Amino acid sequence: MSTIDHLATDMFDIDGQQFSSRLILGTGGASSLASVEQALQASGTEITTVAIRHFAAAGSGSVYELLRRNNVRPLPNTAGCFTARDAVLTAQLAREALETNWIKLEVIADEHTLLPDPIELFSAAEQLVAEDFTVFAYTNDDPALAKRLEDVGVAAIMPAGSPIGSGLGILNPHNISTIVARSNVPVILDAGVGTASDAALAMELGCSAVLLASAVTRAHNPALMAQGMREAVRAGRAAHLAGRIPRRDVALASSPAEGMMQTLVGEL
Amino acid sequence: MHSIDIQLNNQAHSVPAGSTARDLIATHTSRALGEDGRAVDGSRLGVALAVNGAVLPRGKWASYALCAGDRLDIVTAAQGG
Repeated sequence: MSTIDHLATDMFDIDGQQFSSRLILGTGGASSLASVEQALQASGTEITTVAIRHFAAAGSGSVYELLRRNNVRPLPNTAGCFTARDAVLTAQLAREALETNWIKLEVIADEHTLLPDPIELFSAAEQLVAEDFTVFAYTNDDPALAKRLEDVGVAAIMPAGSPIGSGLGILNPHNISTIVARSNVPVILDAGVGTASDAALAMELGCSAVLLASAVTRAHNPALMAQGMREAVRAGRAAHLAGRIPRRDVALASSPAEGMMQTLVGEL
Repeated sequence: MHSIDIQLNNQAHSVPAGSTARDLIATHTSRALGEDGRAVDGSRLGVALAVNGAVLPRGKWASYALCAGDRLDIVTAAQGG
């Protein structure tokens, strides 16, 4: 039997551009660039996050060249910044180095939780939008803060499912649904994904895309996990668009009661 | 030859007097750079420069003469989530 792909024309729209993949892969945590490349190719991703760090003169290959030869668009981040000031400078450097206005804005509160600092995040978002950046705002799963970030002009809201690298999945699905329902910009689930079902759930909740790194790069077999994530994101997207059945308290038979043999009916 | 001391990526570094930011980046990346701060071979360089905590756009690298005590950060894309 031949299969028909009902998602063939389903595109991820962001910043006026269209992508066929709704999986954004981070490159952090991988043991080698070769491992990153295999995972990227298995994931089918078209957008990948990178950090901005000191240039090492005798580097062992370049992430930048890797992304270029795989035709993957870089999404630089401000990982490691604790203040709006540092995040804005990092974004400015990223724009200059990678020649993109895109920035994944991360302003973390402390090393222990790696959770976003809402005050510094909001301040940085305001400044970066004013400087014509396309801001992807990594935020807490807080519907009120998400709305404030949207109002200030960010291009995408990226709520954390759970703390970065924790693999705890989506701890508050209700908040993610609320953020999606109230948002007029794409919502991208970011952080906390541990395995494929977490990515599928994010898409079922209505997220436009999923960003994950550690779940793939630190998996025993990163390329195989990347493939699993690719398929999970597609599965979750299809389920979201298809419209799930309502939850019921009691069973509802799927086989008809009509036409049953009398002897069997008598036993019911 | 007279040289000046700067900080490059958090390390003490010394450059010939009269060096520009372009000279430093060309040496550090082993790439030939034009007046516009772009690689003369036409491929993208993928690096940015901060001088004393502020971005110096590539178009200004050739005209910026390094000063003693300057703190420079040359950055590029690295693995990250």
